[in-house]
Amino acid sequence: MSLTLLNVIFAVVVAIAFAAANAAYLVWAERRGAARIQRRPGPNINGPFGLLQPPLDGIKLMAKQLIIPGGADKVLFIGAPVLAMYPAIMSFVTIPFSDSIVAHNINVGILMIFAFASTGSMSLIFAGWSSRNKYSMMSAVRAVSQSVAYEIPMLITTITVVMIAGSMDLMEIVHQQSSSILHWNIFPLLGKSHNILMPASFLIFFICTLAETNRAPFDLGEAESELVAGFHTEYGSMGFGLFFMGEYANIVIGSCMTTILFLGGWSCPFGLFPGVWWFLLKLYLLIATFIWIRWTFPRTTIYGLLNLSWKILIPLSLVNLLLTAGLIKVF
Amino acid sequence: MISSTPIAAPPALFSADGLVGVIFLVMIAVTIIGGFIACNSERLVRAVAGLIVCFVGVAGLYYFLNSPFVAMMQVLIYVGAVAVTISFAIMLAAPEEQKKIGVSSPLIGPFGFGTAALIAGGFSVLAVRTEWPAIAKINDGSIKKIGIQLLTDYSMVFELISIVLLIAIIGALVIARVERKN
Repeated sequence: MSLTLLNVIFAVVVAIAFAAANAAYLVWAERRGAARIQRRPGPNINGPFGLLQPPLDGIKLMAKQLIIPGGADKVLFIGAPVLAMYPAIMSFVTIPFSDSIVAHNINVGILMIFAFASTGSMSLIFAGWSSRNKYSMMSAVRAVSQSVAYEIPMLITTITVVMIAGSMDLMEIVHQQSSSILHWNIFPLLGKSHNILMPASFLIFFICTLAETNRAPFDLGEAESELVAGFHTEYGSMGFGLFFMGEYANIVIGSCMTTILFLGGWSCPFGLFPGVWWFLLKLYLLIATFIWIRWTFPRTTIYGLLNLSWKILIPLSLVNLLLTAGLIKVF
Repeated sequence: MISSTPIAAPPALFSADGLVGVIFLVMIAVTIIGGFIACNSERLVRAVAGLIVCFVGVAGLYYFLNSPFVAMMQVLIYVGAVAVTISFAIMLAAPEEQKKIGVSSPLIGPFGFGTAALIAGGFSVLAVRTEWPAIAKINDGSIKKIGIQLLTDYSMVFELISIVLLIAIIGALVIARVERKN
């Protein structure tokens, strides 16, 4: 029993450390990437390649004063940033990085991750509402309509993959894709799906991940030209820091899910060097794409955002679901 | 976690069973505290927050009762969808904080307390007196088994849920029609 308890403590510590380290260093990667795309130097002074920047930023943020605006709802104001970070940490409990590197593989893993991810928008609502600020309020309303709109195609696409795999166990889903690169769910013909729309399905899922994590071009919730800083306008100090880290931790979770559901998890393309690094390679390639997209595309309008989901992504994902169901019945 | 003997000697606190028991009690406490916050807070958004705490506690109880599928569905649907929709409605309707309006319904006060006590007492008596059959675990994560169970052994529950949803939709339509006539 003491061994299990030790395992639990070890898993919790590793999950939190992985989430926090990724969040901190993705901020660095984002700033470096932005600088490269905009042809200017990024943070490159502190340490080699500016690698000491994140911890120094953390110290700075923690040393700052936490100002709670007058008339704000104190409990929710302080609680909201905590809520922003926890879904990601909870999700790391069940994400399998390889056959052996998983804290606790539960058989409804997909459901657990989406369940906790869906609570993430509560933090935006509470932050926006409790700040007692019109910009924050507007941002919260936008964030809710956005998360409601994009959760639907995301879940429908996930149901497609679950139907193909016949299981909600993340390990099982990866194992079914592991025979060769052509069995990955993104490729239509050799895998179990036989569905030529699977690449479209992958794209829908990826776009929904972008939108669910409030990333540009869908960052209407914190559009600085319209809403100052959106829901975190009133947050300084580590409150702001937690929102920031939560955003990056959610990006990691979204990319992990894309990797597992569509890109074969840790399975290697041609039997080359099997191991956890394939998972990490795919994961960080996806994250790099996130950064690349953010600094390449301009922000959409709120109508464009909602239209894209309700008029294009939801019908497409429904068609895909029907097609997959039909093909499973036929073959 | 399933023990056939109903209530034996309580396990030691720092054994595995003891810790599980503590978690069970914590979940019950979370549910009750969440319910109190939801009923007694003056601001609507805080009431929603309390409701969420309550839902999470109930999800924890489901997990404790060996049903991770139901627990996760509880979080996904009630916290992720219902609570978000409620707060959306609150924000659209009244962005400013709302103080509770003192409605003096006859059900508030002794009548309400009496009804609640009656229901709670009835359920307690039922729970203690019933001989609970041990139900086989069905959630091994495969969609097929859950689907087959829902449409065979538990079809009654399935149908009842659809009736509840139907009533909710009809209710929404009725309310919308009345609003439109005005």
